[in-house]
Formats: sequence, C-alpha cells, structure tokens
Amino acid sequence: MGKEGRMIFIGERINTGFKDIKAAVEDKNPAAIHDWAKKQTEAGATYLDVNLGAVSADPADMCWMIEQTQSVVDTPISIDTNKPAILAEAIKVCNQPPLINSSTAAVEKMEVFLPIAAEHNASIIGLSMDESGSPKDADMRVEKAGMFVMTAMEMGIPPEHIFLDPIAMPMKFMQEQQQEILSAVRQYLLFSDPAPHIVCGLSNIANGTTHKALINRTFLVMAIACGMDAAICDVMDKDLVNAAKCAELIMNKEIYADAFAI
Amino acid sequence: MEIVDVKEKWSNVINAITLGATAAQGGTRGKTVTIGGQSTLPGLTFEGEIPNKPAVAGLITDVVSEDWPDVLKDSIGDVINSPAEWAQKLVEEQKVDMICLKLLGADPNGQDLPPDAAAATVKAVLEAVDVPLIFWGCGDEDKDNLVLPECSQAAKGENCLIGAATETNYRTMAAIGQADKHKLIGEAPVDINIAKQVNILLADAGFDLNDVVMCQVTAALGYGFEYVYTIFERVRMAGLKGDKQMALPQIANVGWEVWKVKEALAGEDQLPGWGKLAERGPRWEAATAAGYLQAGADLITLAHPDAIKITLETIEEMSK
Repeated sequence: MGKEGRMIFIGERINTGFKDIKAAVEDKNPAAIHDWAKKQTEAGATYLDVNLGAVSADPADMCWMIEQTQSVVDTPISIDTNKPAILAEAIKVCNQPPLINSSTAAVEKMEVFLPIAAEHNASIIGLSMDESGSPKDADMRVEKAGMFVMTAMEMGIPPEHIFLDPIAMPMKFMQEQQQEILSAVRQYLLFSDPAPHIVCGLSNIANGTTHKALINRTFLVMAIACGMDAAICDVMDKDLVNAAKCAELIMNKEIYADAFAI
Repeated sequence: MEIVDVKEKWSNVINAITLGATAAQGGTRGKTVTIGGQSTLPGLTFEGEIPNKPAVAGLITDVVSEDWPDVLKDSIGDVINSPAEWAQKLVEEQKVDMICLKLLGADPNGQDLPPDAAAATVKAVLEAVDVPLIFWGCGDEDKDNLVLPECSQAAKGENCLIGAATETNYRTMAAIGQADKHKLIGEAPVDINIAKQVNILLADAGFDLNDVVMCQVTAALGYGFEYVYTIFERVRMAGLKGDKQMALPQIANVGWEVWKVKEALAGEDQLPGWGKLAERGPRWEAATAAGYLQAGADLITLAHPDAIKITLETIEEMSK
C-alpha cells in the first residue's frame, strides 16, 4: 500500500525449513523451487523469499536457489539471511533490486547491511530489536525502528525502500504483546513522509495454535488497519490474501471492483 | 526562502498503446499512433515523462445522424454522406491523428442495417485513409455482438481500436480482439468501480490489459462533466500509484456526446445571450475536450472541424 496502493506479499515458501526445499538444495534438484516460484507468483506474491537456513553456509548454494527461482519467474527476490557473506554474494545474482531480509537495529549489523542495500538500490527489512534482545513493548519497538530508519536514511536509503518489522510474536504464548505490536505499527507511520513500509513474519503469530489460518488472517487485517502494508506469509492461503485485499479496500487504499477477491 | 519541492514520486507508468499496423506489422496503415506511456499527470513534465501527446480522432458516422444540428452537418459538408470521403477530408484538411467511425446505421431503433453493411463501411474507410481506425458499435449490445465481430474480421490485422467492451459483452469482445489482433475500449457508465471491474473481467478472459483503452460514458460540459473529470483523474492517479488494473490510457468520446446537449443544439432564439450557435457549438465541444485533456485523456474524439482545430492547438500548448 503506501505509495503503491497495494499490499506487498512476500511468499515464504522457498525456505529449507520445508522438507521439499531442503531436499531440492541438498540434491541440487530444482523442481520444487521452480514449482513454488511459479505457484506463489501466480497467487500474487510481490517478492519471493529465499532462505537457505542451516542447510549450508556456502553462498553458492543461496545463489543457486535464487538463480533457480529467477529461471522460471521474474518476481523480485527477498534474500532471507542474517549472514553478510551470503548476502554479499546473493545480491549480485539478483536480476532486480531485491528485498534484504533482514538487519536488526544493532549498530554493527546496520553498518554491514545498510551499505549493501544502498549500493544495490535494494529494499531492506529492519527488525525492531538490537543486541539487547527482543522488544518487550511498543516503546522499545518504536525506539529501535526509529534508530533503523534514521540510520538508513542517513545512508541515502529512501523511505520507500525501508521495511520496518515490529517483530511478530506467538499470540498463544505472548498474548499481551499483540497490542504492543499494533501500537508500534501505528507509530511507525509517523517516522517519515512517505511512511516506510511495515512488514512482519505473519506465520509467527499463530505458532503453536490450532486455528492457525484464522489467527494469522485476523491479525493481518487488524495490522493493515493500523498501517501495515507488507507481510511475509503463505500467499497460497486464498482466504488470507482476500481478507488483506478487503482490508485495503476498507482503508480506501485501492479502488473497489466487484471482482477484487481471487 | 527555500521553495518546497512538491514533486510527486509516482511508482508506476501508464501503459503505452500503439494503434494501427503498417505493412511490416501485418496491416496497411501508413502511420501508427502511440498513446499513454506517461509517468505523471497531464502537463507536469517537471516531475515525470510524457512521451506521447494526446491524440485526436476525427468522428465520422456510417449514416448521417438525425440528431446532429445543421451547424455541425454544414461544417462537415457534402462528404457527410460518404464515410470514406469524410475520413479523407478529416485526415487531409483537419489533420486528425486517426478516425473514429461510429456504426450508427446498425441501430435497431434507426436504420437497422445488417452487419455486412457496417463491415463494408469499415473496409471503405480503411481503404480511403492510412491512419489508424477506431470503430464503435451502435450501442445496442445484442446488435453490436453481431456487427462488431464482422467488422473486426473485415479489419483483421489493422490493429484497430474497437468500442466497446462492457461488463456484459466482454467475452465476445475479448475473443474478437484476440482473433483479429485489435485493441479494445473498456467502457463503464460513469462508474469508476465498474471501469475497474471491466478491466479485471477482460484480463480474466485472457485479454491483455496492455491492449485496452478505458472509457467512461463521456459527459459533456454542463452535464456531469465534473464528475467524469474526477473519474479520469482518480483512474490516472490509481494507475500511477501502482494499480496495474487502472494504469491504462483513457479515451474521451467528446464528439459523440457534446452534440446532444442544449448548448450545442439550441439557436440564439432559444438561448438568448448565449451567442451564435455556429460558434457556440464547436466551442462547447472544444471546451469539453480541453477539460478532459487536463483530466488525463489520452485520446479524444471530435466532430466539428473548428473544435478539432482548437483542440489540436490546445494539445500543442499543453505539450510545450
């Protein structure tokens, strides 16, 4: 939404946390990667998150995953790594400016990740945490995210390339955090004009619960009402995507048409 | 004092559409016309690119409209009885960019001519001029579903712009556009939501939105003009903000709509103090066109030679 006027969906499925992707990387058999790249793109993914996880520490493996993804779709890549060595190599093989997922607001992290983002005209997710650990409340989320925005903008990264992540936490175990997250989202909108993007790893919200889809969907709609405009999520979940689109219409971010839902 | 930078940074570009096909492209046109492709609102060249000027299509009808006033018919002259010669005159003398043929004769409430008569007129006009052609059904959807496929086939490969696909006939229109390689006008009844819906339906039917020009039933000045103006603007801003289903060029069918309203029809005996109809009519048409150009129209149909002259000058002024 924001400037683009529509939700940014970051497809989470090309991740070695899933067995088929793990096997694909280990066997160098790209079929599953091709399949998920196509399926998620058809479902409307704005970015495809690519995560090598703990399967390998070799940048070449991450590059291989990205190249395989790009061989079947032209959807931009979200490079999911916290290792600068992998990022530095992976970003070079991206056909389009990618989204970097992610840096924290810790100075030593920002000093490494932000210059890479600036150099490659990439967008970057900033987690609202630093070396002191996960945020405990809205104030800490605002403080850390504010630090990230300020540092990124000083390095010449425009607000439309900045994605702030208030850090989604499982509702079942941290029920009191959910309102804090939403409160932080509302305050992120005030950081700059235009406002930075606001994103979260949505699936965390429903971790450990029985009604995962319902919980994720409800949270996303509430977060959109607060100003969230991006989510790393299961883009194959039609109910989720449609609910997000409907929420955007209610927020008057996009022009209504009867056939808005997929 | 520092002057605040008011430039908008739009994230998207409006689709560029080329109409007409030369021999090399499978048609017989001597020239093609490209509209759209801009990354900003009309006239704001300081903040974005406007690579293509709006185009003017000279409006002709296959049979003489009984509703048109003498001031309009007289300005066109005898050629009004021959669509081919009329088109030639518009291209040679009025220097229009393309021709828009309204297939009025097919109207069941009028002459109710058969589809092959309409197709023959389309062919005759294509042979008479070498500019791109728009042809537009009579407006009776059942009849147009018979007429337009036949005309489309007669013009196969010429990359015409066909009017109009609506919420109800979009499948037929998508099929003929694809089969005969034409572009389509997507039309909505002064309703931005239906306009978007038509685009989504066309895309779902497999028709490329890069080949669609959007149209609102065009209100003349004084008859809901402001409302349609705001729709043109909202469509354009949504498109520039990144809504791909709205990032399409827009046509204003000014020539067809203006010559229905009192200000363009009634003589000075009926409208004392409003000036001579012979001047007032074309100026009403030109003023309506100027408004839509500022709202974001990429293509304008015009009927009166004086309105065409004034509008071509307006476009030059806006493009400086």
